[in-house]
Amino acid sequence: MSIDKNLVRKIAKLSRISVSEDDVKDLSEELSKILEWIEQLSQVNTNEVEPIFSSFEEGAELKKRKDEIADGGYRENIIANAPKTKEGFFLVPKIID
Amino acid sequence: MKDITKLSLHQTRDALNKKQFSCKELIASHVKEMESSRPLNLFITETMDHAIKSAEISDNNIKNKKQRNLEGLPFGIKDMFCTKDIKTTASSKMLSNFIPPYESTVTKNLWNDGAILLGKLNNDEFAMGSSNETSFFGPTKNPWKINDSKNYIVPGGSSGGSAAAVAANVGVASIGTDTGGSLRQPASFTGTVGFKPTYGRCSRWGIIAFASSLDQAGTITKNVKDSAIVLNSICSYDPKDSTSSNKPIPDFEKSLEKSVKGKKVGIPKEFYQEGIAEEILNLWDNGKKWLKESGAEIVDISLPNIKYALPCYYIIAPAEASSNLARYDGVKFTHRVEADNINDMYELTRSDGFGEEVKRRIMIGTYVLSSGYYDAYYLKAQKVRALITEDFKNVFKDIDVILTPSTPTSAFEIGEKIDDPLSMYLNDVFTVPVNLAGLPAVSVPVGLDKNSLPLGLQLIGKSFDEETILSFASVIEKSANFKHSPKEWWKNE
Repeated sequence: MSIDKNLVRKIAKLSRISVSEDDVKDLSEELSKILEWIEQLSQVNTNEVEPIFSSFEEGAELKKRKDEIADGGYRENIIANAPKTKEGFFLVPKIID
Repeated sequence: MKDITKLSLHQTRDALNKKQFSCKELIASHVKEMESSRPLNLFITETMDHAIKSAEISDNNIKNKKQRNLEGLPFGIKDMFCTKDIKTTASSKMLSNFIPPYESTVTKNLWNDGAILLGKLNNDEFAMGSSNETSFFGPTKNPWKINDSKNYIVPGGSSGGSAAAVAANVGVASIGTDTGGSLRQPASFTGTVGFKPTYGRCSRWGIIAFASSLDQAGTITKNVKDSAIVLNSICSYDPKDSTSSNKPIPDFEKSLEKSVKGKKVGIPKEFYQEGIAEEILNLWDNGKKWLKESGAEIVDISLPNIKYALPCYYIIAPAEASSNLARYDGVKFTHRVEADNINDMYELTRSDGFGEEVKRRIMIGTYVLSSGYYDAYYLKAQKVRALITEDFKNVFKDIDVILTPSTPTSAFEIGEKIDDPLSMYLNDVFTVPVNLAGLPAVSVPVGLDKNSLPLGLQLIGKSFDEETILSFASVIEKSANFKHSPKEWWKNE
């Protein structure tokens, strides 16, 4: 599968990464090369195979905690690393006209 | 006492307990090594003042016979672990000012056992790389060099700083992460021991996420016994990580003495492949010979789907990364490029904050998860992953451990592979399958190649059977008797 320039632009958009026109060409070549190499997976017959998404202990159920408040009350900590805040909230550019 | 820093972790621990030197003296020696090793670019953040202060507390504990398991022992920590109130960057511009308000479980376990933080170690950006060259803070240099060459060598990656620090005697041990070989490959490149326990043995809480179904914390140490000691501290059940295991944790140090007699060692035929250096094949043969001499039986095995592990990994890891790294949007984590509207702000922030390799992987991950391609790539890869896991399960019905080389080559020069992502990816061909199946594995140094660079052998074990790997690693270590150390050229730079 080759990744042409338009597809690079589309993937960049989906990834929320701005890519300059100069980089589009390089990325198209690099990503195509990597995906061509990945293509070899199509040689594997997986018709009867169930996918696995984690190697976590077979049969072990993901543990769930009780649905109750266990901690919290540290708003200052949560926003401490934000580039912009106002009155205890994250501040972003205006999104509604 | 001269050369305190050349002692291994357990030697240092014993010397401290026998009061051959104080913890204050120990930390002072390591701080000195840290300062003289700056040309290696090991640390992103140094925490010397904190270390010197902590040494006093440890000295008091030793005096009052209240010493804990790792009392007073200095550690470097890969900058992927959140450390409370201490800058944690993942070696990325995106997080270059991030100060976590909480501590990772793995590091908390270490500090509870009395270990002391020396600083935060360099790594590939977000742990994506095999040479430490993708770090925003510049590459770490390998303490080893090719014979008399002046050129710098990579320490491997992504835990390159962790491995190089131990090889340069900075800290008694260090902690890293392993998503596709990020402990074992740098260990092999630096003549150190790199241990990746079973997926679920260590909590992922507070480790900056790269690929959550593969990420695993582990150790870099000077010998096998030291890794057993540190594993006993960092492994724990943690309700904060839903994939953390509550299986009992054995006394790993005890398993070192277990005999390998009568046990079976699998040699996978698929690992004989083009491009492996002759010297590595010879060392591999030595490894088989040593284990045979210790009474183990060598068995030829086949892992038919293993050749697809690498392309499979390069779908799954980027897919998980693209999702995990979506959180860096210019809103919550320090770095933002201002723009008039929110979409431009997102796109400019991420374009500026991430390096080339990270962007490449986010884009591959986004593509393989995108509508229309999900089944062909992502789902296909997870099916191949199931086949690879099944291959391991099948062979482990009859054998106890698998022996392979850790890497297809020794370390390479800085700049040699960085412009060719594919040739870089191929470095991890022997380590990646282990992560896909979540198994424990170790790399043990066994010799030098013709360029005087170290090489390691890898032992892979059954799920949650770190003990057998440790007993085998111990035999390999004794037989190989690897006593080499790099010339300390960085002290004259």
